[in-house]
Amino acid sequence: MPDFLLEIGCEEIPARMIEGAIGELRERVNTLLQRERLAPSEAITWLDTPRRLAVMAPGIPPAQPDLTEQVTGPSAQVAFRDGQPTPAAHAFAKKVGVDVSALERITTAKGEYLGATVTRKGRSAAEILAEMLPREIASLYWPKNMYWRKRGELFVRPVRWLVAMLDEHVIPMEVFGIAAGNHSRGHRLLAHGTATISRPGNYVEQLRAARVLGAPEREQVIRKALDAATRTIPGARWREDKPLLATVVNLTEFPSVILGAFDAEFLVLPEEVLVTVMRDHQKYFAIEDSSGKLLPHFLAVLNTGGDAHGLIRHGNERVLRARFNDARFFWQTDQKQSLRERVELLKHVTFQKDLGSYYEKTLRVQHLASWLAETIKQAGMAIRPGVVHKAALLAKTDLTTELVKEFTELQGMVGGLYARVQTLDEELRPEVQEEIAKAIYDQYKPASMEDDVPRTVEGAVLAIADKADSIAGMFALGLVPSGSKDPFALRRQANGIVKTIAEHKLPLRLSQIMLDARSQYDGAEAEKKFANADYAGSTRSFFRERLEFYLKDGRGHAYDVVNAVLAADPDDVVDAAARAEAVSKVRGSADFESISIAFKRTKNILRQAAENDRRVAERLDSSALAEDAERELAALIPKTAAAVEKLRQLGNYEQALLEIARLRPAVDKFFDKVMVMVDDDNLRANRLALLQTLIKEFSTIADFSEIVTEGKESTK
Amino acid sequence: MNSSKPNSLTFQELILKLQAFFAARGAVIQQPYDVEVGAGTMAPETFLRVLGPKPYKVAYVQPSRRPADGRYGENPNRLFKHMQLQVILKPPPENVQELYLESLGAIGIDLRQHDIKFEEDNWESPTLGAWGIGWQVMLDGLEVTQFTYFQQCGGVDLDPICAELTYGLERLCAFLQDVDSIYDIVWARDPETGREVKYGDVRLVDEQEFSVYNFEAADVASAWKHFELCEAECKALLDGYAEFNRVKVEDEDKDKSEENGIAREKSRFPLLGAYDLCLKCSHYFNILDARGAISVTERVGVIARVRALAVGIAKAWMDQQYPSPKRDEKPQGAKAAAKDKEKKGKLAPVGS
Repeated sequence: MPDFLLEIGCEEIPARMIEGAIGELRERVNTLLQRERLAPSEAITWLDTPRRLAVMAPGIPPAQPDLTEQVTGPSAQVAFRDGQPTPAAHAFAKKVGVDVSALERITTAKGEYLGATVTRKGRSAAEILAEMLPREIASLYWPKNMYWRKRGELFVRPVRWLVAMLDEHVIPMEVFGIAAGNHSRGHRLLAHGTATISRPGNYVEQLRAARVLGAPEREQVIRKALDAATRTIPGARWREDKPLLATVVNLTEFPSVILGAFDAEFLVLPEEVLVTVMRDHQKYFAIEDSSGKLLPHFLAVLNTGGDAHGLIRHGNERVLRARFNDARFFWQTDQKQSLRERVELLKHVTFQKDLGSYYEKTLRVQHLASWLAETIKQAGMAIRPGVVHKAALLAKTDLTTELVKEFTELQGMVGGLYARVQTLDEELRPEVQEEIAKAIYDQYKPASMEDDVPRTVEGAVLAIADKADSIAGMFALGLVPSGSKDPFALRRQANGIVKTIAEHKLPLRLSQIMLDARSQYDGAEAEKKFANADYAGSTRSFFRERLEFYLKDGRGHAYDVVNAVLAADPDDVVDAAARAEAVSKVRGSADFESISIAFKRTKNILRQAAENDRRVAERLDSSALAEDAERELAALIPKTAAAVEKLRQLGNYEQALLEIARLRPAVDKFFDKVMVMVDDDNLRANRLALLQTLIKEFSTIADFSEIVTEGKESTK
Repeated sequence: MNSSKPNSLTFQELILKLQAFFAARGAVIQQPYDVEVGAGTMAPETFLRVLGPKPYKVAYVQPSRRPADGRYGENPNRLFKHMQLQVILKPPPENVQELYLESLGAIGIDLRQHDIKFEEDNWESPTLGAWGIGWQVMLDGLEVTQFTYFQQCGGVDLDPICAELTYGLERLCAFLQDVDSIYDIVWARDPETGREVKYGDVRLVDEQEFSVYNFEAADVASAWKHFELCEAECKALLDGYAEFNRVKVEDEDKDKSEENGIAREKSRFPLLGAYDLCLKCSHYFNILDARGAISVTERVGVIARVRALAVGIAKAWMDQQYPSPKRDEKPQGAKAAAKDKEKKGKLAPVGS
């Protein structure tokens, strides 16, 4: 049982793509081996670095097992005439490669047929792999790929060598003009020439000798080295940063770590700026003291054995110093003009070509945010509209600063930081200024479903107003996201609005926000370009989808619960979340399931009645009802409805739902005993009215007919 | 702390070493292009040479003007005009990465003492309709080279592709000499007296004056006028070139000499002149941008106008320099030839 090894040697693969690619290659090789009856005796292993993707399958059969199968031929009637084989029999015998006399007879339901037992010789593993692997390799998915040899041949970067072996034998195959061999390559600088692989089982060790380690080992080495380097500073620890760690693991084949230092005077710059430079621009880890305060040190991960002469540390320190100097220069330059003065500059910064400048956006957002703040205040929630008003005015001014032009990922944060250190208004109390700064700082939050929402309610309102203004403008222009097309990331922004409302429990309705946002454009130049005839409808369905997404993916509710809840009301995020919570809790109970089925049935009856133009009584006349079962239900509905309504108004949805579930015996009895679609017009009309009342009274929390039920129908 | 390492290369030695390195590997050493460009890629030695099937290797220093990057000579790391060593290898040799690493050795960098990484960095120029796949090469945390496999240029798919190596000479030299400011780089050292001429001695005044010009003095209205004049002339040239392909041979007995005449005119039509005009447009755009005269909205539109010129020139250049083999073939009969031409609405060039 030979071991199999495939190594694709490549110029440096982008760090972000390696994990996905090795996973896919593994899967492709595994599928190929299974499909071709060459399953390995043990699990497939792999090794990935920026310069190679390798997969090993221990103990695969040297060849496919022979395959014996029964082949059915022509019917016996056709194949033999008067006991003599006809041309049909000869042809079949020839096809399956046996003598006519060796043909068998098979009896099937359709009669007697000729048959033959055929043994297909299994092909050798080498032959199959040589034939199939090139296709698998060429089919690997890359987010971005390139040509280098000829048109039609695409891969992430040029492939430079290929190792394909079964034990000590090279599999004779070729990909992108490169013949497979047993010569791998070691680390670019630490190994010399090629690394000859003696057999697949030795691959990992032979690569290690050539200074190449697999990803899990590299991560371990890096973690240990980060710890060791940090220990030289008493009380210090490096800042855990998973994405950064994954990046440096995928940028190295044989990593080590150096500890560098920078001048402590740079610590006067905000941590956000320092960390962004270190992490995003230099891929350095930051170091903090035991209280979490940044220390003037950094950790760089190298793709080499070490830094014996300190040259690498010196070089990295030099680069960081230049970058920090730049940042400090920008910071100081920016202070020459206050945020207040910068408001005017926003007239020259375009927000969107048809929606005007950021100055205009600022005025709209300020207006909208103040309005939302007022709404919230009137609903009895604590909020400082003054903070919102001031923060909204200054929110976008950091777009004119040098620091944001250099570090665009810090927009918002920089404004917040400047708002903290500048004099915004002589009369502002420090704590109010701090709140303004926080709101500005958090205005782009949440950046994703995982990100936190703004810390304060004032920040939340500003963030909502900013996003709503963008969505309103784009929708009014007709730039509605569709499919994978969402160039302005409106979905993400709408998700942010939903999440922020939900987590701050804000008494705001989505449709009202969007109407208010739209009205800020009234009379503006931009309106001339507005082309969306159904603004209200398109924003409503857009936000309904976003709310659906939030309840499902953000809160983990089942899709039918979400459908049921949103069918009742898709506009109030906080309320919808609470109702979904309640429905998810009770949906498993037998009573509730039964009620769901009954509601579905009720809806069907009402729909059919409508389709057949059957009259529904305008007012339910209980005296017109004939059976006990229906009179009981008619009497029960208003009583239960009153109880439910009371609980609903208290927001006690779970109790309300349990109350509704208590209708079950009466409802069941009704469907058991009462036939709705009777000939008597008056009776039928009143029964339909009864059902309509039932639906109407009890669908305000959720439309139960949307709930998917598994149990058998208990009502007939 | 700002005195340079005694044994390191001067700025001019760095250039000479790199040029010698690539000359020894068969490259043509070109001189800088004499029209303002923002990057070595824009010089015709790259923009036009990468088009078409002909192999080519070239290396040249290209002073690159980026008006908006000027800092009045006050920032130690930023320049309005910096120098690139631009290398084009078409097609790229299989060992192009090793070759590149060797070039670092040639300028005195012992890679065993340093940390080198190839980090994903794809390059795109919306103005040139060009893009490529590649890396920024990081040496001890410093980006020293942009390494790109050119895939498309002027909207034309490249076949073969080429490798483009762009060395940032000031950064690289500051690294070699271990100085913190570009202006402290030793440009030249008199071998007899040891007297040093610094980068600042040579270039600081340019940076100061051009920062003032680009940010404050350049006349916006004139710059727009220049832009529009260059654009109009470039367009007119492109229209003129397009005329060649609009001529139809209706009469199969059409005078051969006339056909020859047109072909000759076409083969020496001044597309290179059109390209210079396109470069001028790009430069005026950069000045207007530095002057803050172009809003974000307009930006996209103006870039698209320059791109339209660049793409038009690239297509015409392909047509002029590399007539497609189909049109080049000599069909059997004159009739067939005429039919073929008519169908395409193009005049077949004669000879090749």
